[in-house]
Formats: sequence, C-alpha cells, structure tokens
Amino acid sequence: MRSNFVFQEIWVGLRRNLTMTVALIVVVAISLSLLGTGLLFVKQVNSTRTYWQSKVEISVYLCTAASPNPNCHGTITPAQQQQIQTTLTSMPQVESATYVSQTQAYQLFKQDFSNDPSYVSTVKATDIPPSFEIKLRNPEADYNIVSSAVNGAPGVDSVIDEMTILDKFYRLLDGARNAVVVVALILVVAAILLVANTIRLSAFNRRRETGIMRLVGASNFYIQLPFLLEGVIAGLLGWALAAALLIGVKSLLLNNLQQYFSYNVGLSATDLVEVILLAMFVGVLLCGVTSFVTLRRYLRV
Amino acid sequence: MINFDNVTKIYPNQNRAALENVDLTVNKGEFVFLVGPSGSGKSTFLRLILKEERPSDGRIHVAGKDLARLTNWKVPHLRRRIGCVFQDFRLLPNKNVYQNVAFALEVIGKPRRFIRRVVPEVIDLVGLEGKHERMPDELSGGEQQRVAMARAFVNRPMILLADEPTGNIDPATSIGIMKVLDRINRTGTTVVMATHDAAIVDSMRKRVIELEYGKVVRDQVRGVYGQAY
Repeated sequence: MRSNFVFQEIWVGLRRNLTMTVALIVVVAISLSLLGTGLLFVKQVNSTRTYWQSKVEISVYLCTAASPNPNCHGTITPAQQQQIQTTLTSMPQVESATYVSQTQAYQLFKQDFSNDPSYVSTVKATDIPPSFEIKLRNPEADYNIVSSAVNGAPGVDSVIDEMTILDKFYRLLDGARNAVVVVALILVVAAILLVANTIRLSAFNRRRETGIMRLVGASNFYIQLPFLLEGVIAGLLGWALAAALLIGVKSLLLNNLQQYFSYNVGLSATDLVEVILLAMFVGVLLCGVTSFVTLRRYLRV
Repeated sequence: MINFDNVTKIYPNQNRAALENVDLTVNKGEFVFLVGPSGSGKSTFLRLILKEERPSDGRIHVAGKDLARLTNWKVPHLRRRIGCVFQDFRLLPNKNVYQNVAFALEVIGKPRRFIRRVVPEVIDLVGLEGKHERMPDELSGGEQQRVAMARAFVNRPMILLADEPTGNIDPATSIGIMKVLDRINRTGTTVVMATHDAAIVDSMRKRVIELEYGKVVRDQVRGVYGQAY
C-alpha cells in the first residue's frame, strides 16, 4: 500500500470538483449540527424533566366555609378529611400525603410573599384552604390515577396537579425537538444524495485513471479507496464544522436556559462530547457507506 | 499460455455470435497476429483473455488459470500478468512519460525503490531515453505508443495484448513500434496483436489467425495478411 499515492489521488479528486465538495461539506455540517442540536435538546429536556418530576406534587385543597365550589357544603368535616386521608395513604402510587392545616398554609403563604407585605395583609388566615400535599412514587406515570381518585370526593375543593402545568411546557420542548430532528433527517437524506453525486462525478472525472488501473491489475480496494476516503474526508470536514456549531449551540443557547432555573439543569461537557462523537460516527458512516455503495455501481471490475 | 476451448460469445440482445466455437492455443513466447475485418471478433477475443467479458460457452485458460473459476477478487492478479496496448494509447494527459509508466506500478502497490529502478529501464527499452519529463501532448503518436508499451511491459507480464497498436501511426513509425514489440517478444513474452496492417503482418512472418464473423477461418504458422496461395 502506497499511502502517499492514495492521498495524492484524494487531493486531486477533492480539488477537481471543488464546488461539489464544498456543497457536500456544508450540507453534512448543517445536517449533523441539526441532528446534534436535536440530541442536545433531548438531553436538556430529560435533565429538566427528571428534576421536575422528582419534585412534582399533587395538592388537594379542601373545602372551607368560604369555598364557592358547589361540591363544598361548608367546611370539611373531620370524617371527610379522615376518609380522604385513608384513600390517599392506601394507594400504592402515593409515597406520602401530608396534611397542611389552614394555619400552616397561612404561614407558608406569608413566607412565600414576604417581599409583598401589602398583599399578605389583605389575605386572612381563613382564606387559605387546608390541603393534602401528596408526593408520588412515580409522578410521570401515576399522577392521573391519584388526582382522579380524590377529585370530586366529598370535602375536596380542587386538585391542583403540577404535572399538567409541566406537560404544556414539555409538549412545547418536545415539539421543538421533533421539528429539529425532522429537518435534520431531511438534510441527512440530502447529504446522502450529495455524497452519491459527488462520488459519481469524481469517478467520472477520473474514469481514464481508473480504466488504466483496472487494466494493469490494481485491486478493487486500491481503485476504490481514494474515492471512499474522499467521501469520508469530506464527511469529517463537515463534522468538524458541525462540532464547532454544536459547541456554539450549547454555550449560546442552552446555557442561557440556566437563568430560568434556580437549580443546575445545564448539560455537562460530557454530554456535549457524547453528542459530537455520535455526530462524527453518523457523518463518517453516512459518507463512507454512501461512497461505497455508489462505487459498487460505478466502478465495476 | 492462452487456450480457447470451443469458445462462443454472444452479446446480450444480439443474434449473431461475436465469437463462434473458437478453439485454439497460443504457446508461451509466441507472437500471434489476429487479423480480420472490423466486427470479426478480434476485440472480443482480447477482452475474453482479460476477463472483461465472460464466454457464453466454452472454456478459456490464461497463464494456467481457468477463467471461469477465477473469482472477481482474483481478476486483478490475472491482469497483472497481461499487458495491454491500444490504438488510442490511453495515456494520462496530466502525467509525464515517467509518471505514466510508474503509474502502472504504483497502483499495484510496488515499492518506490523498485519503481525508480525499473521504470527507466523500460523507457530505455522502448527507445524513449532522455524523454522522461515530456508530457504526452509533447510527443508524436509513435512516441506516445512507445510510452503505452513501456507501461504495458513495465510489470514484466507473461502476455502482451495489442489492439491495433499501429492503427493511428504512419507506416514508417509503425516499423519502430513493431521492433519494440519484437524486442518484448524476445524476452519470452507472448504477444497477441490484432491488426489491419497488411504490410506489417507480411513483413514479420509470424503466426496469423484470421477471424471472420467470429469464426477462425485461417491459422498459419508463418502467415501473411491476405490469403497465402
């Protein structure tokens, strides 16, 4: 194997159809970076979701004398309260159900709005309903079952399920992620077609050389290798661009998300490296396999 | 060296056979002219030897190998033992004389030291000494054909196939080309040359195989181009 001969051939091939090569590199770069962005999104969504889900609680607000809810007939009776407590604690999905009395709730309320004393002063302790704060074992799967079990039970004013609020947020994120992935996949198809075309053009440009190579008994491997590597090198250049873009996406876009969260949702450098390596794998595989398949069609023995 | 055993070749979508029941043997070191009008099957004959085509019927042995049993993977190794020269030279226009000849060795992975030693020898053999740096478009037709012959011979093939090598060259220059082919033949290389050039065939007095409509109509040991009476 004469490696410098092979590299010389690759260089000639890449230079001869420069425009196609540049187009190929750009399309590979964009498709890989979109694919990578999609993956980063998935990781980001998962990291926030895991955090949120461990925090999600269901609040069951109980009737007070002031409740306008028709389900309420005055303040909840101790029997009703006992009934709800039993229902909740007997459910296997429930990790814990804590009763928060009106006084406790009022204290919490005062704490939460301590920076707004005028607001606090308009609210009386009796305005804040008592509640059960329910922690779930597996919030994602079980919140519907638990919330519907107590919703509408005698003495229950309303059930506030944090999951439904989060769901809207996640649906938005999932939609954005799906859109990115779909566009990335379309571009991957475009990249495949471009690789095939570039290699075909390259093979056509060098049909004289390859004809002589066949004639003097060069092995198929030797004839095809420069073309194959041409595709792979273009893929790698595209990937390098994509890697730079992905680092940009993470540091400019995703890291800004952090400011909306009070805890750490940022992706680690490992996540980024993982995505970039995956993009390389996809890029090289895409270019290599497409080149190989194209060559089998255009450079027959 | 080359053995055709009742070989028939019919190209797809064609009623007439390009070669029909061709049965002949070319021995090691022989010089054979293949003559006949255009379309008589000369090129098909050469392509079958290279395994660029497969026979529709019959068996072909080249250099002791049964071509039907040769896997695609091994075909390049067969071709390394066969040199080829064409009417249109088929040189690489962007490489000089030395590079054109060296190309044939580079692509079969020969070491650089070997190439540097062997290529000048062969360029001398075909009579192009001192013209290593010339580009093909700076050479005459005869000189270009010499480069092509050097490229075909540089790997010391057992067989040299020449498809009308003098077809694009004037008669005076052709004599020089034939001298080179003769020189190559004298090194023990079997030469099969398809040609229309009666003067050359008549002057060389070598074995002549005449094809007509794909059939061997004449096979003479020391023949001439036209019918010998």
